[in-house]
Amino acid sequence: MDLTPVIDGFGVVLEPTNLLYCLIGVVIGMLIGVLPGLGPAATIAILLPLTFGIEPVTAIIMLAGIFYGAQYGGTITSVLLRLPGEASSVVTVFDGHALARQGKAGTALGIAAIGSFIGGTVSIIALSLLAPIVASFALDFGPPEYTALALLGILLVSTVSSGDRLKAVIAACVGLLLATVGRDGFTGAERFTFSNLSLADGLDFVPIAMGLFGLGEILYNLEERHRAVQAPATVANVWPSRADLRQSAGAIGRGSVLGFVLGILPGGGATLSSLAAYALEKRRSKHPERFGQGAVEGVAAPETANNAAATSSFIPLLTLGIPANATMAVIFGALLIQGVSPGPQLVSQEPELFWGVVNSMYIGNILLLIMSIPLVGLFVRILRVRATVLAPITVLITLVGVYTVNNDVFDIVLVIVFGALGYLMKKLGFDPGPLVLAFVLGSLLEDSLRRSLLIFDGDVTGFFTRPISGVLLVVFILVAALPVLQGARARRRAVARPDTRELV
Amino acid sequence: MTTPPGGAHRAGSPGGQAAAGAAPAAADSVPATIHDLEEAVHAVEAAEHEGRPPAAGPVANVVIAAAVVLLGIAALIGSGRLGLGSARVPDSGTWPLLVSILVVVLGIGLIAVARKTSDAERFTRTSWLVLAGLATMVVFVLVIEVIGFEIPAALLSFVWLRFLGGEGWRTSIVVSLGVVAAFYVIFVAALSVPIPHLF
Repeated sequence: MDLTPVIDGFGVVLEPTNLLYCLIGVVIGMLIGVLPGLGPAATIAILLPLTFGIEPVTAIIMLAGIFYGAQYGGTITSVLLRLPGEASSVVTVFDGHALARQGKAGTALGIAAIGSFIGGTVSIIALSLLAPIVASFALDFGPPEYTALALLGILLVSTVSSGDRLKAVIAACVGLLLATVGRDGFTGAERFTFSNLSLADGLDFVPIAMGLFGLGEILYNLEERHRAVQAPATVANVWPSRADLRQSAGAIGRGSVLGFVLGILPGGGATLSSLAAYALEKRRSKHPERFGQGAVEGVAAPETANNAAATSSFIPLLTLGIPANATMAVIFGALLIQGVSPGPQLVSQEPELFWGVVNSMYIGNILLLIMSIPLVGLFVRILRVRATVLAPITVLITLVGVYTVNNDVFDIVLVIVFGALGYLMKKLGFDPGPLVLAFVLGSLLEDSLRRSLLIFDGDVTGFFTRPISGVLLVVFILVAALPVLQGARARRRAVARPDTRELV
Repeated sequence: MTTPPGGAHRAGSPGGQAAAGAAPAAADSVPATIHDLEEAVHAVEAAEHEGRPPAAGPVANVVIAAAVVLLGIAALIGSGRLGLGSARVPDSGTWPLLVSILVVVLGIGLIAVARKTSDAERFTRTSWLVLAGLATMVVFVLVIEVIGFEIPAALLSFVWLRFLGGEGWRTSIVVSLGVVAAFYVIFVAALSVPIPHLF
């Protein structure tokens, strides 16, 4: 492996501007992790206009910092208030809050921060080794492989999304349809533009992401009765004892590996890996009954895993150009806006960007460790900021921000329309994540499909004659068929049960 | 394909299988495993949803599903007008056609399971707050080109703070004026963004 680009990457990170934006990113990430309401996908979407004026590498360093910073911040509310700021910190609630009730909130936060740091760092090293290999492997991918990969990615993200699977797939289909709006790249025909000039070039990604994730979430939160949040005054003893560290060492090690592996898989990501890591520790433990009563491993494992996964979910994005989750879809959009198309050629053609972003994560994780241990009291105090005050400010940032992209009032109209749609979707049980993901992959998918059909001369079975696209499509079919089979099995069981009762 | 009992909920997902695989036989003998974990996660998530409106009834679910089907049919007709082409020579309408057929089929699937669906929320009196919030944004976009962003922005934040957020009069007035002043300084004075402004 040639180390020169890796070292040059550190040079990129250490430029003062990049360091500054890395710091801004992780601080924002930490803040939104602590504050209830907006998740990382929404925040990154709202801040997209901010990235226009800056260099691509700087922009992505900041956005990445928001993403993994949120994993650190989400822990604080889980432990102190039993309110997971992020979905990936839900399992941390069990033992983290139990520890807090025993007066050991500091220990829980300290272990979580150390675990996150180790998980993140291990994951960056593994990413540095693995990503170039994946990328070189993917260089031979043709349109059929990309068709299969995009289909599988969209399906997996819909399958593991929060909420109903069927509705998530419908949301993804709507995203695919929205991606067809505008001029067809092959024939030049205008599609679904309703003769509107503003639609002729297609829908912009920025107002869609800002509307669905940002405004949609704010509007959705309006309906909630506001809970009175009681922030604890101080958190003492953040440094965990040596015994605590020894007890959680294994959990941190296993959590790093598990998180890294699950994070790579499309749809895997931070939430799933934190669940899996917690389950694994509980299963391995000689005293599983301690879990839920304040076991440090129960905090260490999921927090390590979610951070490792957050880092490794950059692999499919940066090496294949396939985002693995909703947040990655927004970062994908940010790259496209910067004129960088993520894909296997990124590592070799844009080494400064690739290694700059990857290496910035080391710095980001160190900054986050500093913020999480000595400065944790500061972030605890932020819990007192009321969501009702933040909401109008966020709305105005969105409305003014989206205007600054093209200096076009039509974009404000679009962001409001998609905000209303995002609210309705969340309200009616449709996860907006798959829609945004499918929207960014839509034109790639359609292009690859049409090119493949031309290559195969219209013969659909051609996909199965190539090993990689064939395997991916078989997996696709299995994943798609699984819920149907399960439904049939559940029905059979339901039918079988009255019979057994009669026999008894 | 055998799925361990605990993995039924998320078995389509890689993590679900890995998690379930970690506890294959024990799921029945020791109840304190994956099933418990999933229930505990659901409990936390349910607690998060505590302040939310109740679930919608079966009629509403059928209406939602029907809307999906209608959307699919509309897209289907639109794709038909674009030229359908064939597998050998795909045209502009081929891909949208495939996707719209899928939307129609999935929408029909939603109708079939409408009675068992419980993830849609009912529209309650608090939903008017959302409509009011949207209205402030619509007003904002309607007048911004005429009178600039300052007055509509101040009004928007005041309405959100005082009426949608239930803050006190003084906080509402001070914060809305402060926000507009900050926006003016950042966007107009510092960044010179050509956003329509009055002053």
